[in-house]
Parts: sequence; structure tokens; C-alpha cells
Amino acid sequence: MISEHLVNLSRLQFAVTAMYHFLFVPLTLGMTFLLVIMESLYVLTGRQVYQDMTRFWGKLFGINFALGVTTGITMEFQFGTNWAYYSHYVGDVFGAPLAIEGLMAFFLESTFVGLFFFGWERLSKGQHLMVTTLMAIGTNLSALWILIANGWMQDPVGAVFDPTTMRMELSSMATVIFNPTAQAKFVHTVAAGYVTGSVFVLAISAYYLLQRRYVDFAERSFRIAAAFGFAAVCSVIVLGDESGYTLSESQQTKLAAIEAMWQTEAAPASFVVFALPDQQTHTNRWEIRIPWLLGLIGTRSVDRVLPGIDDIEAHNLVRIRSGVQAVAALTRLREHDHSAATQAQFQAHQQDLGFGLLVKKYRSDVEHASEAQLRAAAADTIPQVAPLFFAFRLMVLFGFALLALFAAALYHSLRQRHYGGQRWRWLLWAALLALPLPYLSVELGWFVAEFGRQPWTIYGILPTHLSVSSLTATSVLGSLAGFVIFYSLLLVAEMYLMIKFTRLGPASLGLARYAEEKQRA
Amino acid sequence: MLEYGLLKLIWWGLIGLLLIGFAIMDGHDMGVGALLPWLGRDDDERRIIINTVGPHWDGNQVWFITAGGALFAAWPLVYATAFSGMYWALLAVLWALFFRPVGFDYRSKIQDRRWRSTWDWGLFIGGAVPPIIFGVAFGNLFLGLPFHFDHDLRSYDSGSLWDLLTPFALLCGGVSLSMLVMHGGTYLALRTGDPIAARARRAAQVAAVLTLLLFIVGGFWLQHVPGMRLISPVQPDALPDPLAKSVQVVTGAWLDVYQRWPWARALPLLSLAAMLADIALLAWRREGWAFIASALAIVGIIVTAGLSLFPFVMPSSIDANASLTVWDAVSSRWTLQIMLIATVIFVPLIIVYTSWCYRMMSGRVTLDFIRRHDKSAY
Ligand code: HDD
Ligand code: HEM
Ligand code: HEM
Repeated sequence: MISEHLVNLSRLQFAVTAMYHFLFVPLTLGMTFLLVIMESLYVLTGRQVYQDMTRFWGKLFGINFALGVTTGITMEFQFGTNWAYYSHYVGDVFGAPLAIEGLMAFFLESTFVGLFFFGWERLSKGQHLMVTTLMAIGTNLSALWILIANGWMQDPVGAVFDPTTMRMELSSMATVIFNPTAQAKFVHTVAAGYVTGSVFVLAISAYYLLQRRYVDFAERSFRIAAAFGFAAVCSVIVLGDESGYTLSESQQTKLAAIEAMWQTEAAPASFVVFALPDQQTHTNRWEIRIPWLLGLIGTRSVDRVLPGIDDIEAHNLVRIRSGVQAVAALTRLREHDHSAATQAQFQAHQQDLGFGLLVKKYRSDVEHASEAQLRAAAADTIPQVAPLFFAFRLMVLFGFALLALFAAALYHSLRQRHYGGQRWRWLLWAALLALPLPYLSVELGWFVAEFGRQPWTIYGILPTHLSVSSLTATSVLGSLAGFVIFYSLLLVAEMYLMIKFTRLGPASLGLARYAEEKQRA
Repeated sequence: MLEYGLLKLIWWGLIGLLLIGFAIMDGHDMGVGALLPWLGRDDDERRIIINTVGPHWDGNQVWFITAGGALFAAWPLVYATAFSGMYWALLAVLWALFFRPVGFDYRSKIQDRRWRSTWDWGLFIGGAVPPIIFGVAFGNLFLGLPFHFDHDLRSYDSGSLWDLLTPFALLCGGVSLSMLVMHGGTYLALRTGDPIAARARRAAQVAAVLTLLLFIVGGFWLQHVPGMRLISPVQPDALPDPLAKSVQVVTGAWLDVYQRWPWARALPLLSLAAMLADIALLAWRREGWAFIASALAIVGIIVTAGLSLFPFVMPSSIDANASLTVWDAVSSRWTLQIMLIATVIFVPLIIVYTSWCYRMMSGRVTLDFIRRHDKSAY
């Protein structure tokens, strides 16, 4: 039996390192595109200020990028170090997008990022713009491939289990790539990155404007960020994840949990604005509902039914009973019993194999599991509702707050030529104070996506508790401590440089034309 | 679609190719990192050294990342068993690598002696520790790692970090470190001017001699190391099942291949010749050719090591039959095929645009360059 401690520590380590990686990823995604926009303006208009903008924002981008790379390497190896059984069980499918990501995306972004910083004098204007563009394409392609991999974990299409190799094997790469869940995730996550980049530029430009420093530089940056950010935040909200939601079973479970929808309602279901969900009794203690809304959003129809948690759990219990038969047959197959009866039993129940594996949390000879154990396994298939319910609502709240901010910023950018005056100070303050919002939103978003998938690593195929490596809990505790210490030190260095160069502003480029404004700081 | 057996063999070659790409590309900037505190006597000199790799180290590091990804995709059982089995060794590599991105990028952004020298030592760790551990890990492949599988193919490894540090493995760690120092030193001789280039030449020559000696010792030592022979018949096209073969342990069996194919002896000889050529070319100030020679030496050493193990890729010291081979540690035919297509398309492209980047940034890095780019260079 696999120790509960080991599983929890491995999960915690993955969560800490992944969420830490994703502190840096969204800024890279958004900033590379903003740099392309700024540099294109430079090449088109020939105005020096746009080159200065590209170089200064590029400098901040570089400080962030270094930690993005550092923390990314951890992720690349963590599947092998801490999720060895997972790596064996699904590596045939999951490894491919990860390797292609390296070949197609990381090489592109990392090779050209060097020339972005070092090539200003060696390259022509056009060549340099091309370098910046290739770097931006590289970062976005990397997001595409990793999200194809991650989307497959949520919605494992295009693969079949093979009892001889004892793993999932790829049957259709195209199905894995064009998985609607993965595509929906890609659009939403990349757009979230663009929002983060835009808020970052908007907030720091607002800071200069509030201090009346670098006014021309900051106004232009503000405008670009306002326009790009408005488009991005609209995409985040409009093109959100809903499209993937009704299609797959995993996402239906998550949807029901996010909405604290314990019982199936007649279509179209109502939308719970606020509630206090109670996992024990499967009820909401207190709630405000809007009739019809969820059904309309969730299914884009008035007659499709969205299943509630109780129904999902009952359905899963049926699958668990069948899955137990599959596990029993597989065990005999692995022990070289290839009789027709065993083969037939495995064939008949194969599609529920993963559900049978859930019971291994309670005993290894799953055939002999008691009724109570089967029911406990079925209850496990429902993630913790309350954290998902609140995390999701916070993300949405921040989304609408950011929409309001960008709408105001865009409106003033179009109408008003200068921000220096007193009239729009509230907007500048709002922009500055909004800086943490995109970071909070992306972390909440990943929490919803990953915690909402529990108890599975691969939905319906491989439970989380079986995915871990055969390590001792002490080893994982030690490595987790190491990561926390290292990452804290790195974060201190990063924040220190970020703040220092933000304070200095474009004067940090060492150009005479900004030297005077530095004095005023 | 290609035969499954053929694909398995091709992937043995491609994993080797990615490892070689890593050792040549990332290897030279690790060598540069390992030499940094010793060759750079003051801040300007250190900045010159760092800026020879400044624009390229990140792209080069992706050879390492991609080799990891390709291992995951092509040999998932090796990726899983090796990385979880050598848990602390892997973490040590990872943590040493942490110093590189931040070291390169943050070091010169602040004008403070303590700050800069801290990152210099960080870059040293990031350059010296991974090669040693990779060498030690490779050495342990010859000795076998203490792992076995249960019926569900879950792997269990009973070794600890300290068990990896046997004399033979440490020797391999030495080969690996001195090989990359040779390579990094040769690169610095090419990309800097005197006096740094003169020091780099000497360092590279010393490292080349050391690599040569350690490599020869390693070869003779291997005659006394228990090696493995596959005794059950190989079915190249069969579905991979690592529990379905029998293996015999025979002392010296890792050198079988040189009996069977005498031409294979050309490989270690090639790398010895290339190391001698590196030493001579450096003395004659033909640094460009010297760099090619040291790259060839690396190719020779890696291919020699890989070929000696063939068809094994990860032998087990406690359950010889569970050792992983090119035939049974692999992905499905379909995945290998798709990954082959991706590799054939992208690796040449990568080589083309990487070369372009080196061309655009070519020439020696000088003090004048550092002074003029005080705010933008590393
Ligand atoms: C949506 C985007 C996204 C997501 C979900 C992830 N990453 Fe990431 N990753 C990036 C987007 C990105 C990036 C934008 O491409 C980064 C961030 C900053 C950077 O430098 O590149 C990056 C860097 C980065 C690097 C360093 C690449 C280099 O040297 O250039 C590695 C090895 C990984 N990541 C691996 C992973 C793995 C294994 C993940 C999953 C567990 C993961 N990333 C999640
Ligand atoms: C960088 C963005 C990501 C964030 C912020 C993130 C967040 C999380 C969180 C919070 C958990 C813990 C869930 C729990 O244990 O309750 C987790 C677990 C996990 N995630 Fe992610 N995740 C990210 C990307 C990915 C990607 C791209 C993959 C796969 C390609 C992935 C695979 C996993 C795995 C294997 C686990 C551990 C098993 C589990 O607990 O489910 N994650 N992640
Ligand atoms: C206002 C409307 C928003 C809606 C309706 C929404 C919806 C969702 C949903 C349903 C998920 C879960 C996806 C899954 O389970 O796989 C999710 C995840 C996520 N959200 Fe949002 N979101 C909104 C705003 C935002 C904002 C403003 C950001 C950041 C700027 C953001 C960033 C993310 C991220 C990074 C993820 C995880 C990746 C993913 O699964 O796609 N979201 N969002």
C-alpha cells in the first residue's frame, strides 16, 4: 500500500513548484507580445521612444524570464522524479507533447531571447524585429504543447490501455492535439497571460505618471497596454473554458463541483451566485440562485440537462463495481493466466479499469473490497466542493474587475491625450493597485483546474495516489523543504531587481535622454 | 510506417544524438562556468568570460531539456526508473542548474562585489556539479542500479545517493568533468583575447590530458567490471515487456562489442586522437579547429560508452533480468514514429537557426565591448 503521507507530500510539492512556475509564465507570455507591438511601432514610425520602450520593458521581462526558465526545468524533471508510475503509465502519450514542446518551442524562444538582448547593434532593425517575433511565437507554442499535455490529463482521448505493456498507448495523435478541452485551455490560459502582461505595463506606467516622471514614455506604454489588455480580458472572459465543459465527463464533474450543484435540476439549471456548500450532507446551507442562468451558460441550450453531484456519484459507483472486475482480470493476466474466461472478463470491463484502481487506496486485492469501501471510493470521485466554489467565484470577480479597469483605461486613452493632469488620478491609482489581480486570478484558475480534477491525475484512467514514485515520505519532505528555501531566496533576488529597475525606470538603459528624469525620483 | 524493431534502434541513436548535442552545446558553457572563477582574475575579465556565452547559454540548455523530454517520450520506463531511483542525484543537478539562469542574468545588474562574486560561484556550481553527476550516473549504468519491478511495472530502487559514489563511478565523473572543461576552455580560447585566452588554452590542454588518461584507465577498468549479456533471443518487433527476458552477468562483458565488431575500436581511438589534436591545435593557435576536435572527442567518448552498454540502457544490479534494453524500455510504435518525424523536421531547423545566431554574434569578446555595453551586457 502506498503511504498517504507520500502521496500528500508529492502533491504538495507539485502544487508548490507548478504554481511558483506559473508566477513567471504569464508575464513572459504577455510581455513578449507587447514587445513585438512596441518594436513594430518603432520599425514602422522610426521614433526612438518606441525602441526605448522595447528595451526598458524588455529588461524587466528578462528579470522575470530568468526565473521562468529556472522553475520550468524543475517541472520537466518532476514527472520522472516524483511521479514515476505516472510517467511509465502514460509516458507513451504524455511524453510526446512535452518532447515536441522542447523541439518546437523552447529552442525557438530560448535561442532568440539571447539575440533579443544582445543583438541590438549586430542586427538590422528588421532582423531584430524578426528575432523578437520568433521569441514571442516560441513562448506561445510552448504554452500550446504543455496545455495539450495538460488537457489530455483532464480529458484523455486518443489512447488505449494495453495489458502487455501495462500502460496507455497512443492511438491517435491528431485526437490528442485537437482535443477540445486542450484547445479551450490554451485560449483561456494564453489570454490570461496577455492580461497579466498588460496589467504589468499599465500599472508601472501609471506609477510613473503619478510621479510625473517619463511622461511621454509612460503615456505611450499605458495606451498600448490599455488596448491590448482590453482585447485580452474580453477573450479571457468570452472565450473562457465553457466550450470544453459539457463535452467531457471530467469537466462535468468539475462544473457540478464549481457550481455546488448537488442535485440534478430540470433543464435549464439555475445558477448559484453564492452559497455555503456542505460536503457531508451534500447540500448548500445558504444560497442565492438565479433561475435558468447556469443551464444557458453551460449548455447553450434550454433543454440539455447538467448532471448534479449525487447523480454523478451514483453513476461512478456503478463504474467502480465494474472496474473491480477489470482490475481482478488484469491481475490474473499479469500473472500469466491467459485463459479465455480471464480475457473475456477483462474485455467486458476494460473501460472501467481506472475506476477499479480507485479502490486500491483501500485494499490491494480490490475484488474483496467491502460495500463500504466501494462507497468510499465513489465518494472520493467528488472533489472538495467548497474550495472550488469560492476559488472560481474569486477568479470571475477579478476578471470582471479587470474588464472594468481596461474599459476605463481604453476609454481615456482614446479620448484624453494626457494623463499627467489631476482628473484621472483615480484611474492611475486603480491601475497600480490592480497589479496583484491577474496573478491571483491565474493561481486561482490553476487551483480550480487541478484540484477540481482530483482524485485523478488522468481523469478516469489513473488515480493520483497510484501515480507517485516509490520514494520515502522523508525524501519528499526533504526535497520540498529544499525547493521552498531555494525558491524563496530566488524570489527575494528577483523582487529586489524588479523593484530597483522599476524605480529607476528607462534611465536604467544608461541613455542621456532619461538621465535628468532620474534625478527627480 | 517503419518496422517497430528498426524504430527502436533509430531511437537509441536519436537519444544518443540529443545527449551529444547537449554535451557539445550546453557542455561548453558548463565548462566555461566551471573555469570562470579560475580564469577571470577581476570583474572585467569575468564579464568577458560570461559574455562569450551570454547570448547562447539558454538556447544551449534546451538540448538538456529536450533530451529529458525525449527520454520521457521514447523511453518512459528509463525516464521513470532512473529519475526516481537516483532522486537526490537528480535534485542536486536541478538545484545546481538553478544558479545558471539567474547567475547569468542577475550578476552584472548590480554593482556590488559581494553580489557579483556570489553569483560567480553560483555559475561555477552550475557548471561543475552537473557534469560530475552525469558522469557518476553514467558510471553507475555500467555497474547497474539497484532497482526491480513488481507485476504492475512499478519500479522500486533501494539505493541512496551515497551508494552511487563508487570508485569506478567517480572516475567516470572525472572523465565527464574534465571533458567539458577541455571543451569550455577551448571555446574560451576561441572567443576571448589574451591574457584570458592564454590561460584558457593551458586549462584546456591540461584538461585534455586528464580526460585522455582517465578515459584510458576507465577502459581497462571495464574489463574487471561485471557486464551483461542478453541470452534469450531478441524479438525486435515484439511489444516491449521488460520482465520477459533472461540476462547473464559476466565480468568484462561490456567489452564484447569490440570483439564482435572490431571496427568499433575506431571509436575510442577517434576520441583519443581528437584530444591529442585539440592539444596541438591550441598550441598552434588554430582555435576554430581545436573546438571541432574537442567536440569530436566528446562524440567519441559518448558513443563508446553507449555502444559498450548496447543493447542495455539501464542495467539492474539486483535483478539482472529486469535490466532495461533498447528493445523493451521503449514507447509504442506509433509514438516512436511520430516523434521521429518531429525530430527529423525540427533538429535540422534548430541547427540552422542556432548557427545563424552564433554567426551574428561571432568574434572575440573584448574589454572594449564590456565597457561600451556596461548597462546591457551580462
Ligand atoms: C501556459 C503556459 C505554461 C505552462 C502551463 C507551463 N509552462 Fe513552462 N514555460 C512556459 C509556459 C508554460 C513559458 C512561457 O514558455 C516559459 C515561462 C517563462 C519562460 O522563460 O518560458 C516556460 C519555461 C519552461 C521551461 C524552461 C524552458 C527554457 O529554458 O526556455 C521548462 C523546462 C518548462 N517551462 C517546463 C514546463 C512543464 C514541464 C510544465 C508543466 C508541468 C510547465 N512548464 C507549465
Ligand atoms: C503551471 C501551471 C500549473 C499550475 C499552477 C498547476 C497547479 C496544480 C495544483 C494546485 C496541483 C495540486 C492539486 C492537488 O493536489 O490538490 C497540481 C497537481 C498536479 N498537476 Fe498541475 N498545475 C499546472 C500545470 C500542470 C501541467 C501543465 C501538468 C501536466 C502537464 C500538471 C500536472 C499535475 C500533476 C501530475 C499533479 C499532481 C497530481 C495531482 O495532485 O493531481 N499540472 N497542479
Ligand atoms: C470572468 C470570467 C472567467 C471565467 C468564467 C473563467 C473560467 C475558468 C474556468 C471554468 C476554469 C477551469 C478550467 C478547468 O477546469 O480546466 C478556469 C481556469 C483558469 N483561469 Fe479562468 N475564468 C475567468 C477569468 C480569469 C482571469 C481574469 C484569469 C487571469 C487573468 C484567468 C486565468 C485562468 C487560468 C490560468 C486557469 C487555469 C488554466 C485552465 O484550466 O484553463 N481566468 N477559468
